[in-house]
Amino acid sequence: MGSRASSLLREEDIEEIKKQTGFSHSQITRLYSRFHSLDKGENGALSREDFQRIPELAINPLGDRIINAFFPEGEDQVNFRGFMRTLAHFRPVEDNEKNKDPTSGEPLNSRTNKLFFAFQLYDLDRDDKISRDELLQVLEKVDVEQKMSIRFLH
Amino acid sequence: MRGLSLLLFITVASDATTDLYVTGASLPPELEVSAAPAVTSPVASRYIPEEYGHPGIALARSAEEPAAPSTEDGESSSHHHHGGGGYKIVQWEWSYVQTPYIIASWLLVASVAKILFHFSQRFTTAVPESCMLILLGLVLGAVVLIASKKQPYQLDPGLFFLFLLPTIVGDAGYFMPARLFFDNLGAILMYAVVGTLWNAFCTGFCLYGVKMAGAIGELLWGLMDFLLFGALISAVDPVAVLAVFEEVHVNETLFIIVFGESLLNDAVTVVLYEVYISFVEVGPGNVYTADYFKGIASFLIVSIGGTLVGLIFAVILAFVTRFTKKVRIIEPLFVFLLVYLAYLTAELFSLSAILSMTFCGIGCNKYVEANISQKSRTTVKYTMKTLASIAETIIFIFLGISAVDKSKWAWDTGLVVSTLIFILVFRAVGVAGQTWFLNWFRLVPLEKIDQVMMSYGGLRGAVAFALVVLLDKEQVKAKDYFVATTIVVVFFTVMFQGLTIKPLVKWLKVPRSTNRKPTINEEIHEHAFDHILTAVEDIAGLNGYHHWRDKWEQFDKNYLSKLLLRKSVYHKSELWEAYQKINIRDAISVIDQGGNVLTSARLSLPSMASRTSFPEVTNVTNYLRENGSGVCLDLQVIDTVPGAKIEEELETHHVLAGNLYKPRRRYQSHYSRHFMTVGEKERQDREVFQRNMHNRLESFKSTRYKRHKKDRSQKKRKGSDAKEQDTSDKPRRNVSWQDKDPVVVPMAPEEDKHDPSEPDKYDDVGITFVARKAPETPKERPKSVSAALDVCQSPVAAPPSPTCGEKNLPWKSGMGSLPPCVSVEATKIIPIDLQQAWNQSISSLESLASPPAPPEPQHPRVSTLSRLGGPVRTPTKGKSGGGVCAASGSDTGSGQFRFPTGKEEEEEGTLSQQPQEMQPLMSSLRPPPPPATQSARKRRNPCVYLRSLVTVPPSGGGDPQSRRPTQL
Repeated sequence: MGSRASSLLREEDIEEIKKQTGFSHSQITRLYSRFHSLDKGENGALSREDFQRIPELAINPLGDRIINAFFPEGEDQVNFRGFMRTLAHFRPVEDNEKNKDPTSGEPLNSRTNKLFFAFQLYDLDRDDKISRDELLQVLEKVDVEQKMSIRFLH
Repeated sequence: MRGLSLLLFITVASDATTDLYVTGASLPPELEVSAAPAVTSPVASRYIPEEYGHPGIALARSAEEPAAPSTEDGESSSHHHHGGGGYKIVQWEWSYVQTPYIIASWLLVASVAKILFHFSQRFTTAVPESCMLILLGLVLGAVVLIASKKQPYQLDPGLFFLFLLPTIVGDAGYFMPARLFFDNLGAILMYAVVGTLWNAFCTGFCLYGVKMAGAIGELLWGLMDFLLFGALISAVDPVAVLAVFEEVHVNETLFIIVFGESLLNDAVTVVLYEVYISFVEVGPGNVYTADYFKGIASFLIVSIGGTLVGLIFAVILAFVTRFTKKVRIIEPLFVFLLVYLAYLTAELFSLSAILSMTFCGIGCNKYVEANISQKSRTTVKYTMKTLASIAETIIFIFLGISAVDKSKWAWDTGLVVSTLIFILVFRAVGVAGQTWFLNWFRLVPLEKIDQVMMSYGGLRGAVAFALVVLLDKEQVKAKDYFVATTIVVVFFTVMFQGLTIKPLVKWLKVPRSTNRKPTINEEIHEHAFDHILTAVEDIAGLNGYHHWRDKWEQFDKNYLSKLLLRKSVYHKSELWEAYQKINIRDAISVIDQGGNVLTSARLSLPSMASRTSFPEVTNVTNYLRENGSGVCLDLQVIDTVPGAKIEEELETHHVLAGNLYKPRRRYQSHYSRHFMTVGEKERQDREVFQRNMHNRLESFKSTRYKRHKKDRSQKKRKGSDAKEQDTSDKPRRNVSWQDKDPVVVPMAPEEDKHDPSEPDKYDDVGITFVARKAPETPKERPKSVSAALDVCQSPVAAPPSPTCGEKNLPWKSGMGSLPPCVSVEATKIIPIDLQQAWNQSISSLESLASPPAPPEPQHPRVSTLSRLGGPVRTPTKGKSGGGVCAASGSDTGSGQFRFPTGKEEEEEGTLSQQPQEMQPLMSSLRPPPPPATQSARKRRNPCVYLRSLVTVPPSGGGDPQSRRPTQL
């Protein structure tokens, strides 16, 4: 399946994704095969249901939150590019400035973008503010046991 | 002080002299690899005259108490050996006590040495203790040598490996920060296995090369000898690393990597050592290729086998401690025994004992700590630390002593110098290479500074020394030279590097450990990040570290914890555990400094009536009297009038309860007041109080976990929100409860009738509201929770109503309420600094205090609630009503009350939010009604309301208290 998946990926796409996300070629093909195996509908895009089918994610208390992070506002499909863009937030920070391409702007895995991504995980209604409720909702999902700790927070 | 230590030295010297003889006598021959003479009594008899021959010692003996018996002992023992004489009135039974006596003396010497070192603060900060101990050992050794003309005493490998090392490793393993350890396991393993191999081979081969070049050694020394030496000298030593690094306080990652390496390299060292020994024995010519593979296989078996043995013992230990509820007293013993057995068992099968013990400690810690009682935990902790500390002291002293005897070693400058150089160089090169490799995979790379520290922190120590002493001189011709070199290497690393590592750390600005516990906030977010990373790994289809840890956690949760944790503990989360600990500790500290809290922080509150008079008043009673509150009078009455106990207690209870409802500091004051009034009996009271705490916690434990916890936490959260409302007026919460209230309330009665089969749920809920419910069934405190709940569910089946006195007994009900109260405080206090926390809570209180209005608006709802709940309630209500009346009579000075409404809201809010959880919640709801019904009266007279809440055992005390925490 992997080979078939990667064959569906055109070289120029790979190059573009590489530039955008900083993933290496092999990582991209590997992730593409993963993407493809998640894509049960075979329509080149993942729906929430596709994500929810991952068994480990079902038991993850923050699973829904993560899944949501893959979907841009108002959409319920994510294509491979979007998939990669989200994942790129999780690449380690590269401190070497020389790789920085002034034209491409800040890489997705910069500290700022990571922070922004984390922020969005908390910002449920996407109003660029984390309200108290939103914070609580994230926290209470972390673990049942964590809930009680909320009163320690303030 | 110098005189003291001199005296000490002399004592020690005489001890040591007797010691020599003992080691000769008492240790089994196979352990006696050191050069101690194997002859027993002859040694003694030969030895003692010599000793006498030395005037200094004899003098010292007459002056020093401990010394006197020892010489006499020596005499008598020789006497015994010669067949003894007639009947003596007083006999010196030295031979009878000698072994324990000498062990005890050594321990004493070591401990006293420690005390002496820590006399001078400035000195100890500059010089590591291990250096001082080695120096002391050197001096002692010199004294002994002068005294006896020979030094038959050494760090005995048998003693070291069977007793001294396990205590240190056991302590290290048991208290190993597991998360940190496993997070860095890859790096640790890498350094431990690859690094040690690299060091061993490079050092061995290069030394051999130097020998071939003719710089060192004699013709007889073969390649195998050098490889053997390289193997034993290359292993970083856990004892030395611990001793030095614990004083340096480098950051945790650095420490865990170096320390973990020093523990885990044991397998490599053991295998290499054994393999080379066997190679040396058969001779290099007879070693076939297969033997190398055997060596590799042996490494796998030794390391994995050792780990498995450790884990098996960890499981056994955890499992055993599950059933020690009735025999708490021997819990610590189990811990020590099984951890030690893990070591011995591994040793028995010649597996890696250190690995075994380390993993036993790491593995069992979580479960054992959860299973055993708080006291046992403390015992285990202190005993382990004490033993480890003493063992460490003895090891270093003996290292020093054994270095003195020139007959044991032979000097070869070339060997010593080249060994030192190779060790340092290869360590540095190895660390750099491995780190370069590791940094490919590490999210947080190891910086240059870390690498320098890791290279420099590669200390050699007693393990290497014990191993080299263990060598058979017949087979390893260069043993004496190796011993000398090892001693120099150990001394150099421990003393020179140990001395310079602190300045180096400062100079390089190595990140230090903060010594700060992560806040709960940090912990929560760390958890959140773990989950996020796991989720991303799952999405990306990676089976990375987080994936496996998640898997393990699931496994642990689903199977291991069920098997190994006591049922009552199983559902208790770590956080809850921590909470409980903090609770207990803070409760104790609150009581301890009850008076202080009262006078200092609390008095500065604006709402306090006559705050100004406070500062001078340390006595609570006085303070109260001055303020002229009814409370004070009540207390006085109670103090003075011994009769009419029940009423008095009732009154006290009301007073207390009334205070509970006031702003927080009031609370505390109440506490301290309570305890202050008791005065002389304080101690007893504290005990009672603690027991209450424990009872309560036990009841928590026994209740079913999940639901209960959910409920509780939810309530807490809601509570906090509700509190917020007062100040910040959040719309969300209000809406939620308002919407759903009506629905919820009607359901309550139904629940009661139909759900007698759900006591568990009720139980769960009850926990939060212990205090409130307790009053309903005041009979026995511990059981109050469930009992009360039962009552709630089926009023018909209510337990035989307690006698009036019982019901009203402040203590019966009060117990329920008091502990929660404290716990509440504790939660508030959580930021460890009591005072600070206190101030914080005060400020929050003040903010809360400003809007007193809230109760009114919410009132209607409350009353409806109460109405609905009322009918069901009837039986209990009557009683509670009585209680209320009595309460109101007693004292009214308690002050304004803001809580009831908030409380109701909270409950309703919870209900509305979690419909499926409603039944349990209902029960909790139940209690409130009585107070609510009286709300009208209350409004008029807040005090009364308070009282009723409190006295009506169910609703009063418990609720507000349980809420309190939420307020935070």
